[in-house]
Amino acid sequence: MSTPIPPPPRVALFATCLVDALRPAIGFSALELLEQAGCVVEVPPTQTCCGQPALNSGDQAGARALAERNIELLEGFDAIIIPSGSCAGTLRAHYPELFPPTSPWHARAQALAAKTYELLSYLHDIRHWRPENLALPASYTYHDSCSGLRELGVKTQPRALLAGIAGLTLTEMAEAETCCGFGGTFCVKYPALSTAIVSEKTANIAATGADLLLGGDLGCLMNMAGRLHRQGHRVRAYHAAELLAGRGAAPAIGEPE
Amino acid sequence: MTAAFTARASAALTDPTLKTAIERTTGNARAKRAAAVAAWPGFEAARDLGRDIKDHVTQNLAFYLATFERNAIASGAHVHWARTADEACEIVVRLCREAGAHSVTRAKSMLGEEIGLPHALEAAGITRVETDLAEHIVQLAGDRPSHIVWPALHKTREQVREMFARLHHEPGGLDTVEAMVASARRELRQKFMQADVGISGANFLIADTGAVCTVTNEGNAELTTTPPRLHIVTAGIEKLVPSTAHAMSLLRLLVRSATGAELTQYTTFHCGPKRANDPDGPSEFHIVLVDNGRTRMLTQGLEDMLRCLRCGACLNHCVVYRQIGGHAYGGTYPGPMGAVLTPVLDGLKTAQDLPRACTLNGLCAEVCPVKIPLPTLIKGWRDKSWRLGLEPRAATLALRLWRLAAQHPPLYRLGTRLALPLLRRFARTGWARTLPLAGGWTAARDFPAPARKTFLDQLKERRK
Repeated sequence: MSTPIPPPPRVALFATCLVDALRPAIGFSALELLEQAGCVVEVPPTQTCCGQPALNSGDQAGARALAERNIELLEGFDAIIIPSGSCAGTLRAHYPELFPPTSPWHARAQALAAKTYELLSYLHDIRHWRPENLALPASYTYHDSCSGLRELGVKTQPRALLAGIAGLTLTEMAEAETCCGFGGTFCVKYPALSTAIVSEKTANIAATGADLLLGGDLGCLMNMAGRLHRQGHRVRAYHAAELLAGRGAAPAIGEPE
Repeated sequence: MTAAFTARASAALTDPTLKTAIERTTGNARAKRAAAVAAWPGFEAARDLGRDIKDHVTQNLAFYLATFERNAIASGAHVHWARTADEACEIVVRLCREAGAHSVTRAKSMLGEEIGLPHALEAAGITRVETDLAEHIVQLAGDRPSHIVWPALHKTREQVREMFARLHHEPGGLDTVEAMVASARRELRQKFMQADVGISGANFLIADTGAVCTVTNEGNAELTTTPPRLHIVTAGIEKLVPSTAHAMSLLRLLVRSATGAELTQYTTFHCGPKRANDPDGPSEFHIVLVDNGRTRMLTQGLEDMLRCLRCGACLNHCVVYRQIGGHAYGGTYPGPMGAVLTPVLDGLKTAQDLPRACTLNGLCAEVCPVKIPLPTLIKGWRDKSWRLGLEPRAATLALRLWRLAAQHPPLYRLGTRLALPLLRRFARTGWARTLPLAGGWTAARDFPAPARKTFLDQLKERRK
């Protein structure tokens, strides 16, 4: 007796506002990877933002309004996949906190939270997807973005997936788990502080001598890549999903198309 | 982003030696703590227990306060109650005056700093001698503590050597750290013996015995509290624990989290004044129990913060503290725990930058030995700050516009479609070196050119 093959999950890809506006390649990579992993993928066309800027700025009402909007938009899917630890963390860890426990929205937020995943951990832990026939002769170092790491436990999954790309080698930086100083609106509210923090990060990145800087959150990657470029370092930055989708030869963040 | 905070942070960031000083001490502390935690398989369970002990006391605060008072009085101590910092200082100054004290020795106490006791003693004309080595350095420099465990962390040993050579009476050779400590010892020893009153803080107040527990690595607390005629303890009411056993459970967490050691060099339980057959000890023992906002925290959703053991781990691991040190925070308590406590003590308006100048990376909560959800509490202050209209006007306006768009997808699409070509004009080489309204970003970073069209627009085209 063979067990019946479960039907493919119908998943929503929530691209995030940063990926949508600034680096569509991450959105397309996520889409292709999810399809490779046997998902039926939809990209709800009216998606905007998860509401994290409001949440972290103290605008509870604004965050709640966006949470309600996203719950309505996404709750009909089997899973919601987000190529960002901090946005996935917002849905998973913080949407339920926005509503009093007795509110019907609270139960709906909890139900949504339970099926929301960060892309790389979803591919690795839930879909058991592994890269095939990929090769890239390069060395990389990996930054563990804080929300993914501490709210969602994303640490080993991206490295395990990237290990499946032939020729790609990992050189860990010192303090890979230390915040890069992005912090959403923090980086523009306290630019001098943010600069001091990211400069320490880029020194650690440069010290590895790695060709590539990889990560799972575009905000952090832009912060580090932007600082590296200003400092004249040649390290090239990608979202890990881009390499896993075979886009390692495409322009890195900030490189002309 | 008040001008005062920005100026203090900027001064810290441009200080040529501060970063070295901070990294020497906090880097060492991080490494030692990590080793101590790795060597203790029961650490997670101990954190849960620590949290539960503190929460139990907070939930039964009135009972344990009354129990402590009864048992402390039974041990021969005098117990005083202070609602505010001013009341606490008045009590201490009155006790010093009644004892005819000319000079007092003080063992390091953050509560003392919190209530402004050094200043109050000075104002009362009472000579104050700080006996903790780091506090001695801070006092010599006419400075303030910049860390709750290492008050003089902001001074490099080179700076301390120079100061000792200038200000100590018999500095001798100061070539080694040992020689510097010996010089401080010569400077302080006589003063220990001459003091009329010794003032200490408390790490734990033991309810079922009425004892006060202090931990130090220098033995200065014992020399502060034993020779003088009077020992005065100033302690926050959150220091209560039900019993000595509970204090020991918390002590294991406190010391490992602070220094990575298993135990401090000195752990002393002070219980009542000198008894008939005791060879030494104070003839009077006073305990000043200080509220100063703590009971108010119970009604402000900040009860979790009353667990804080003042270990300093959240400071040592904070990326912001590591850049600017303690003085830039402007309050008694810096770092993540300070970002939660300072608005209670100094008001949110004054301390509004502290909860805001945080990346919410969550490491502080991860290392907290009693699992205080520091990022959640910090965000709570941001919520309040937003409601009170303390958030910077430009940021508020931008956020409101963005939120309006995010709730109306056609408007949002239109906005991104208009913004992308504009952004691309500033980033012809792939990177923008300057951007309108984003000077904070481009001051030190380049901004990558966005794609020609958004992901959603490109997807729509592909699927046509």
